[in-house]
Amino acid sequence: MNLQESYLYFILLASLLPAVIIFFIPEQRHRLRVFVNMAGTTIKLVLVFVLMAGVRQGKVYESRITLLPDMDLVLHADALSLLFIGLSAVLWFLTTLYAIGYLENSPHRSRFFGFFSLCVSSTVGVALSGNLVTFVIFYEALTLSTYPLVVHRGTPEAMKAGATYLAYTLGGGAVLLVAVVWLRILAGPLDFQTGGMLGDLVQTYPLELRCIFVLLIGALGVKAALVPLHGWLPKAMVAPAPVSALLHAVAVVKAGAFGIVRVLYDVYGVDPAAQLGVSTGLAVLAAVTILWGSLRALAQDELKKRLAYSTVSQVSYIILGAAILGPVATIGGLVHLVHQGLMKITLFFCAGNYAETLGVHHIHGMDGAGRRMPLTTGAFTLGALGMIGVPPLAGFVSKWYLGIGGLRAGQEWVVAVLVASSVLNACYFLPILYRAWFREQAAAWPEEHAGSRFEAHWMLLTPPLVTAALCIAAGVCAGSDWSPLEWVKMITEREYAPR
Amino acid sequence: MMASPEAWLVLCPLAAAALAFLWRSRGAFIGIVSALINGALVAWLIALMRTEGVRRIEIGGWSAPLGIEFYADGLSPWMLMLAAILGVATAVYARGYFKDPGSWFWPIWLMLAAAINALFLTRDIFNAYVCLELLGLSSVALIALSGNPDALAAALRYFFVSMLGSLFYLLGVSLLYSAHATVDIDRLRSLVSETPATLAAAAFMTVGLLLKTALFPLHFWLPPAHANAPAPVSALLSGLVVKASLYLLLRLWFEVFPGAIFASVAPLFGLLGAAAVVWGGIQALLQERVKLVVAYSTVVQVGYFFLLFPLAAHPLTAELARQGVIYLLLAHAIAKSAAFMAAGNFIRVVGSDRLEDMKGAGTALPVSMFSLGLAGISLMGLPPSAGFIGKWKLFSASLTAGQWWWTVVLAAGGLLSAAYFFRILSPALAEPSRLGAKIPRTMKWTPMALALAGVLLGFLAPQLLEIFEIGAPLRPAAAMEGGP
Repeated sequence: MNLQESYLYFILLASLLPAVIIFFIPEQRHRLRVFVNMAGTTIKLVLVFVLMAGVRQGKVYESRITLLPDMDLVLHADALSLLFIGLSAVLWFLTTLYAIGYLENSPHRSRFFGFFSLCVSSTVGVALSGNLVTFVIFYEALTLSTYPLVVHRGTPEAMKAGATYLAYTLGGGAVLLVAVVWLRILAGPLDFQTGGMLGDLVQTYPLELRCIFVLLIGALGVKAALVPLHGWLPKAMVAPAPVSALLHAVAVVKAGAFGIVRVLYDVYGVDPAAQLGVSTGLAVLAAVTILWGSLRALAQDELKKRLAYSTVSQVSYIILGAAILGPVATIGGLVHLVHQGLMKITLFFCAGNYAETLGVHHIHGMDGAGRRMPLTTGAFTLGALGMIGVPPLAGFVSKWYLGIGGLRAGQEWVVAVLVASSVLNACYFLPILYRAWFREQAAAWPEEHAGSRFEAHWMLLTPPLVTAALCIAAGVCAGSDWSPLEWVKMITEREYAPR
Repeated sequence: MMASPEAWLVLCPLAAAALAFLWRSRGAFIGIVSALINGALVAWLIALMRTEGVRRIEIGGWSAPLGIEFYADGLSPWMLMLAAILGVATAVYARGYFKDPGSWFWPIWLMLAAAINALFLTRDIFNAYVCLELLGLSSVALIALSGNPDALAAALRYFFVSMLGSLFYLLGVSLLYSAHATVDIDRLRSLVSETPATLAAAAFMTVGLLLKTALFPLHFWLPPAHANAPAPVSALLSGLVVKASLYLLLRLWFEVFPGAIFASVAPLFGLLGAAAVVWGGIQALLQERVKLVVAYSTVVQVGYFFLLFPLAAHPLTAELARQGVIYLLLAHAIAKSAAFMAAGNFIRVVGSDRLEDMKGAGTALPVSMFSLGLAGISLMGLPPSAGFIGKWKLFSASLTAGQWWWTVVLAAGGLLSAAYFFRILSPALAEPSRLGAKIPRTMKWTPMALALAGVLLGFLAPQLLEIFEIGAPLRPAAAMEGGP
C-alpha cells in the first residue's frame, strides 16, 4: 500500500480510532475524552486538506480490498467525495466542540461520543465509497451508529422516535440492498464512474433499469427525507441538539442526498438518466418535497420541529439541482450540499443555545431573546436569512444557480418553485426574527443558566458564530479559489466534460 | 494413523470427557485445554487439506465396507472449524457461568464435542446415526443441567423429539442397507435409483432429520428447549447442535439421493424454509422473554438454510447458493452463540428473563449490550458482517435464477430480525438504571469476542470459501447431469 492509498484509511481511522478508544474511557475522565475527540477531529481536518490539494491537481486516490472474489470494498476520493468529506470534517470539528459544552455533566458521555465518532466515520465512508456495494456497507453502518444517538436521552419519547427512525431507515436499507444486488447482476462490479457506468445496458434493459432507479431513490429518499418518506425526521428532534445539528447538516440526511447524486451522475450518468426519463420524475418529487416541507414548517411552534421541516424542504434543493441535469443546475444543487449544511447547523446550534441557556423550546417563547443573547440571535439571523436566499449569503448563491440552471435546461417551472419556496421560507423564518429582536420579553426565561462570562458557555457560543461567518464567507467569497462554489464548478466541469 | 488429525479430533475430546468425569473438580481446566487442543487439531487438518485436498483415512487399515473410515472434503473442516470456535468460546464462558468448576457440564459437553466431531468426519450413514444419538443424549443432559422443573420438562420433550427423529432416521438407514447392503455414502451414491425403497428411505430420513433440525412446522420443541437451558448450553444448542442434523441432511440430499428426487423436493424445502422465516419472525416478535426471542430467531435462520435447495437446483446459481448458505451457517453459529451469551449476562444481572425487566440493563452491562448489537447486525444480515456476505450471495442467487420471491423472503426476514432484536435492545438502552451487579470477566468478554469475530469474518470470505471448496462438496450429482 502506498502513501496515497493509506491517506484514505487514515481519514477513516481519524474518527474510527477515537470512537473505539472513547468507548473505553471511564465516564469521569473528562479531559482525556476531550483530548481524544479534539485530536481526532484536528487530524481529520489536516488530512482532508492534504487530499483536497491532491484532488485539485487532478489526482485520484483509490484503494481496494477484496470482500468476495467478485466484490471489492473500494475507497475512492474524487472531487465529489471531498466536497462531502470537507463539509463533514469542518462541521464535525465544530459540533464536537459544541457537544462537549452541551453535554457537560450529563451521564453516558463516553457512549455518546463513541457513537458520535462512529457516525462520522460512517459518513466519511459513505463519501469515500468507490462503488455501490461499499456505499451500502457504510450507509447501513450510518443507520446503526446513529440510533444510539437519537435515543441517547432514554426517555419514552426518545425511544419512540428511535423506533420510528429505525423502521424507516432499516426498511429503506432492505430496499437498497435488493436494488443494488439486482443492478449488480445486470451491470457487473458497480464502480462509480464519472458519466455513468451503465453503457449499452440502457438499450438492453430499459424497464429493469427504471425499476431499479425507483427502488434506489425510494431507499435513499428515506434518509434524504423525500416526501412521503420524511416522517422520521421531525420525530428525531428529541435527540440532543448537537445530534440534530449533525443529523441535519452532515450525516444522515446528507448521506441520502449524496447517494442520490452518486446514483444519478456516477451510476446512471447524465445522458442515460435523461434517456430513461427517470430524472424528470425525481425533479418533480424534489419540487413537491420542497413545497410540502415549507408548508409544514409554517405550522410548527416548536423551534426544532420547524427547523426539521425546513430541512426536509432544503435538502431537496440538492436533489432538484441534480435532477434537472444541466451543468448550471448541478452547480446549484451540489453547492447547496455545503451551503445548506453551514446554514442549518448554525440554526440548530442556536436553537440548542436557546434551549440550554434560557430553557426556550418554542417560538412563542422567544420574545426578546435577541436582547438577552445578541450574538446567538445574530448568528441565527444570518442562517435564517441565508435560507431565505438573501444576497450575499450562501443560500442566495445556491438559489441563483438553481434558477438559472432551470431556465437553461428549459424547465421554467423550477423558478416558480424556488420563488414559492423562498416566500414560504420568509414566512416561517421572519416571524422568529421579529419576535427575537423586536418584541419585549414577556415573562421570565423558563430555565435560565447564568453564571458564564458570555451570553452562553463559550463552547456553545463559538461554533454558531464560526458557522455563521462561514455562511457569509461562502456567499461573499463565492468567486475565490477555495470557495465551495469553485470546487463544485470543478466537479461539474469533470462530469459534463465531453467524452 | 497416529499422524492424522482426524482420529485425534475424536479421541481427544473423548479422553477429556472420561478424564473430566473421573476428576470432576478439574472439569473446567480439562474442558478449556481440550477445546484449545481441538482448535489446534482443526487448524492442522485444514493445513493438511490445503496441500492434499480431500482426505480419506482408514482406521486400523481396514477399508470401507468392513472398517471405519474418516473422510474430509471442504464441508467437514468448515463444520469442524465452526465447532472448534464455539467450543473454545463456550468453554471460556462456562468457566465463569458455572460457579462450581466440577459441574457436570464439563464431561457431558466434552462427550458432545466428540460426537459432533465424529459426525463431521464420518462417511457412513450408520456411524452418523450413532453420533447423532450420542449428540442427542448429551444435549438432553445439558438442558436438564439446571434441574428446575421447566428445564426438566423441556429436556424430556427434547428427549422424545430427539429419539423420534433418530428412529425415523434409523428406519431409513435400514431400508437403504437392506436394498443395497452398504452404508457408505459414496457406494450408496452409485447404487441408489428411484425405487420405492429409496423413496421411502429418503422420506423417513428426511422427516427424522428435519425434526432434529427444527424446520417449520417441526420446530415446536426448539424454543422451550433452547430457552430453558443454561446460557452456555443454549449457545451450543442453537449455534451447533441444530447444524449437526442439518449437515447430515445436506450430505444425504446432495450426495446420496438421486438428482430427480432432489429436483422435485427442492421447491418444497424452499417453501418450508420461507414459512419458517416468516412464522419464526412473527413468533419472535410476540415473545415476552428474552431467550425465547433469541430462540425463535434460530427457527428463522434454519429457514434461510433451506433456501439452498431450490436455488441449488438451478445450475447457474448453485455455487452462489451453496456458498451463501454455508456462510450463513458460520455467521449464525457465531452470532447466535454470542447473542445467547449476552442475553445470559443480562438475565444474570437482572435476575429475570422478561423483556419488560430489561430496562436499563444496557447501562449496567454496556459490553454485553454492544455484543448483542453486533451479533444482531450479523443475524439481520447487515453489513459489514459474515451474515451480510451470506445474504448477499443468496440475494444474488435468487435474482439470477429469476426466483425473486426468495429475495422478498430474505428481505422480510432481515427486517423482522431487526424488529425483534430491537425489542431486546431498546428497553436495555432506556433509562433509568438501578442495576449494579457484576459478572465475571470471562462472561463479559466472550460474547464480545464472538460478535466481533462475526463482523470480521465478513472480510475473510475469499480465503475461507477456498477451504470450503476443497473437493467440491454439496453438488447434487445427477441433478446437474441428468436434470432437464
